[in-house]
Amino acid sequence: MEPADHILLALLIPTVGALGIVLAHRHANLREGVTLVTAGLLFANVLQLLPVVLAGGRPELFGFEVTPGLEVAFQVEPLGILFGLIASFLWIVNSVYSIGYMRGNKELRQTQFYVAFAVALASALGIAFSANLFTLFLFYEILTLSTYPLVAHHGDEKAKRGARIYLIILLGTSIVFFIPALVWTLAIAGTLDFTPGGILAGKASGLTTGLLLALFAFGVGKAALMPVHKWLPNAMVAPTPVSALLHAVAVVKAGVFTILKVSVYIFGSDHLLATGASEWLGYLAAFSLLAASVIALSKDNLKARLAYSTVSQLAYIVMAAAIATPLALIGAGMHILMHAFGKITLFFVAGAIHTATHKTEISQLNGIGRAMPFTMGAFFIGALSIIGLPPLGGAWSKLYIALGGMDGDYGFVVAVLMISSLLNVAYLMPIVVRAFFRPPDPDDSHGHAHAAGADVQPGGAAPEGFRASLAEAPWLCVVPLIFTAAACFVLFFSPDAVEGLLRGMLEVPQ
Amino acid sequence: MLAAHLPALQVVIPLLAAPLCALFRRGFIGWLIAVVANWLAFAASIGLLFRVMNEGVISYAMGGWAPPIGIEYRVDMINVFVLLVVSGVGAVIIPFARTGTAARFNDTDQAWFYTMYLLALTGLLGVTITGDAFNIFVFLEISSLASYVMIAMGRDRRALTAAYQYLIMGTVGATFIVIGIGLLWAMTGTLNMADLAQRIPEINHTRPVLAALAFLAVGISLKLALFPLHLWLPNAYAYAPAVASAFLAGTATKVAIYLFLRFFYTVFGGGEFFASTPIPAMFLALSIVAMFAASTVAVFQADVKRMFAYSSVAQVGFITLGISMVSDAGLTAAMVHLFNHAIMKAGIFMLLGAVMFRLGSVKLEDMAGIGRKMPFTMAGIVILGLGLIGTPGTSGFVSKWWIVLAALEKDQWWLVALILVASLITMIYVGRIVEVAYFREPSAKAVTLREAPLMMLIPAYVLVAATIYFGLDTEWSVGLAQRAAAALLAGTY
Repeated sequence: MEPADHILLALLIPTVGALGIVLAHRHANLREGVTLVTAGLLFANVLQLLPVVLAGGRPELFGFEVTPGLEVAFQVEPLGILFGLIASFLWIVNSVYSIGYMRGNKELRQTQFYVAFAVALASALGIAFSANLFTLFLFYEILTLSTYPLVAHHGDEKAKRGARIYLIILLGTSIVFFIPALVWTLAIAGTLDFTPGGILAGKASGLTTGLLLALFAFGVGKAALMPVHKWLPNAMVAPTPVSALLHAVAVVKAGVFTILKVSVYIFGSDHLLATGASEWLGYLAAFSLLAASVIALSKDNLKARLAYSTVSQLAYIVMAAAIATPLALIGAGMHILMHAFGKITLFFVAGAIHTATHKTEISQLNGIGRAMPFTMGAFFIGALSIIGLPPLGGAWSKLYIALGGMDGDYGFVVAVLMISSLLNVAYLMPIVVRAFFRPPDPDDSHGHAHAAGADVQPGGAAPEGFRASLAEAPWLCVVPLIFTAAACFVLFFSPDAVEGLLRGMLEVPQ
Repeated sequence: MLAAHLPALQVVIPLLAAPLCALFRRGFIGWLIAVVANWLAFAASIGLLFRVMNEGVISYAMGGWAPPIGIEYRVDMINVFVLLVVSGVGAVIIPFARTGTAARFNDTDQAWFYTMYLLALTGLLGVTITGDAFNIFVFLEISSLASYVMIAMGRDRRALTAAYQYLIMGTVGATFIVIGIGLLWAMTGTLNMADLAQRIPEINHTRPVLAALAFLAVGISLKLALFPLHLWLPNAYAYAPAVASAFLAGTATKVAIYLFLRFFYTVFGGGEFFASTPIPAMFLALSIVAMFAASTVAVFQADVKRMFAYSSVAQVGFITLGISMVSDAGLTAAMVHLFNHAIMKAGIFMLLGAVMFRLGSVKLEDMAGIGRKMPFTMAGIVILGLGLIGTPGTSGFVSKWWIVLAALEKDQWWLVALILVASLITMIYVGRIVEVAYFREPSAKAVTLREAPLMMLIPAYVLVAATIYFGLDTEWSVGLAQRAAAALLAGTY
């Protein structure tokens, strides 16, 4: 098969999978089988493109022209293949986890859930492989719309409110800022194609570049840069697998991926460095980064804390994209990967705790490590990776971003990274300490009885005190999270491969 | 041979079919006649399109009487585009009409309904195709009177007041138009529009011509429901039968917009003259108010049909905004949106008709939870609603893209911002429906609900598919609109 066929398949496989899930809606096992097979096929398919890109190829697939200047077309480049691989690989893991979670919690409307997931993945790959801004924008909007039902899944007032905010901020910013950015870019450059070295160099003044960058930075609401981050904590009303794959990986990464693509292929690293037009964004992202970390400290709800942690981690990538030195850009791309594995582990843990004990608040987690040692052990590893400690993957991306900052004489970057790593320790480590070193609360089982559906939970019979036996979530939940935690460790040993891949995006053909 | 008489056939077919329906007095036969007549009319429009693309402007002397003595039918890029919209939207709606109409009316009333429908179609096609100013007035009255009757046949008694309201305001508008035409005739001695287009530009600064301009502007603005002359529209669309709402929303205001363009661009002398009048500035201001005020009012409607009726006022604002820019891109945007909006809004009203058919109500409250009961109907409404918002991948995005492009061309950033913020309000009212229909528990009434019959769904889905198709391939929509826009600006006829 030609590489172009693989691009087409990357869009078709999840779409066909979505149809298959609908058709299999009466047989839950078959339906989940369809999801797993689809996810597996998708990853295998995307993987076929990797060697082509590594060898310097840029497979292309032209769709059609909508109206002059607006084309639907695809091209696979290093950043896109990286994002595509992450999303499709973690979909497999997340699907396994979803089965455990959705069944363990007896969630309603599971067919709708799996269908929306498949459509979301199709759009994420559309974003990853888009050859121009319009195609990216098209799939960006489909991604928003397909994840809306997932956020509103529970259908209660809180879910509806969260989903409303989700839609208004994400669609709203894209309409009010992203569309003008598209029109303006097209007016200045005459094209919207992602081109190595950028398309605005020599065509846009520093001021224009700065304004345009602002339209992109706020138009891409998915990047959750303050002050348009509010949708993310609100989206946490969704079932945890959604928070894990979409609101820690696919959706938010689609946001920062867009920012990074714009920085590398629309503005161009050299142009940004020469005009200094993106400096302000670096400072804003730094602020967003620190502020979100401080807010995370104040959250007792585990998923809310993780959400603000995500806001903060996304800001790393935006900051690096704004600094725009080659090392920073590589670090940004790497951080998409490293953070994905770390954060999905943490969300998996939050979901596993909820499935096993129906606990959602950090203050309820005293001593939970005794009952759920594997789960909390994975949390520990994931947290260390997010903090950026060796021997875990997260260490590398932060290092690259710091080096990139020094390259560009932005001393503040190093300071910000240091402070924020300390903040990461401050908001993640207490959870681990609570889980392993504090005795369980005496009225623990009392809390259980009040939790919704206490009679069905597997951990419901867990005795209190030191002799607590194992009360892990269903193995379908636990295995994935151990797996992703282990992956954080493996990733520590492969920075060269990732760097080698990402260097390709900075090569400008002469 | 047949091709030579296409301009006459365009109008004559539905005109003759109308009394036939009345004669037979059988619902099914009446429907069959209406379907055949409407499809033939659509075929005639397509035939005309190909002729115009090949031969340029077609001039047809009605009854063989040479203009300016006889009535001339004149077809160019501009009106063939509108003919296609009118007959095409009708051709999709009319198969849909059978189910709902048969369930509600007895045979005689059904026959009358189709008679009125065909007369309205005749009138709208006639207004569009004719090259004679007085003939415009005649056809306008035919279509208006037929519309009043159709609206009055609505489900409850409020339809009567709605029809009456429309009748009064519509008649005022028609009167203004005929006064304007009269003044033009007094000044030039001709009613033939091609002749008018030659003579008026020389005297277009004399007082009677300016008075004519004012009368025409107000009269036509009433018909096209420009804010604040839109007051007849919400009730008329809300209480009319679904077929009438869909047909009128898709075509009536669109033909009035065409009429406006025809008079102000072609007859009075191209874009240059239009730009020198105060009308563009007024249109700009009123369009912006319409976009915001009507959309905001739409958000607070409890009746979904009324909500989309107000949305029509707002969307007309987008079209007139394009017209007010007096530029290639602006007029292209206006023509494209005329086309796209006709498709989207007709589709929405059809699907609401399907909801009405099953549920007996289109109140937002009553629609709770119907997303699961009528999945195809609601999915269609959502897709068309996304089109109205302007989501990429739908035709609404193409409209919005062009209008933003037009504003940007003039460096009017504030206008870009206003256009986009106005789309946000659209998002809010479409979002309200989605929330109620999908995330509320079904009401007692809705529990036993079934999906709408295929006879209703299939036609509506033709328009849903068109909304997506014209969002991805704009060769026909934008392509034709651009040619029409160029012809308008140049004032050629």
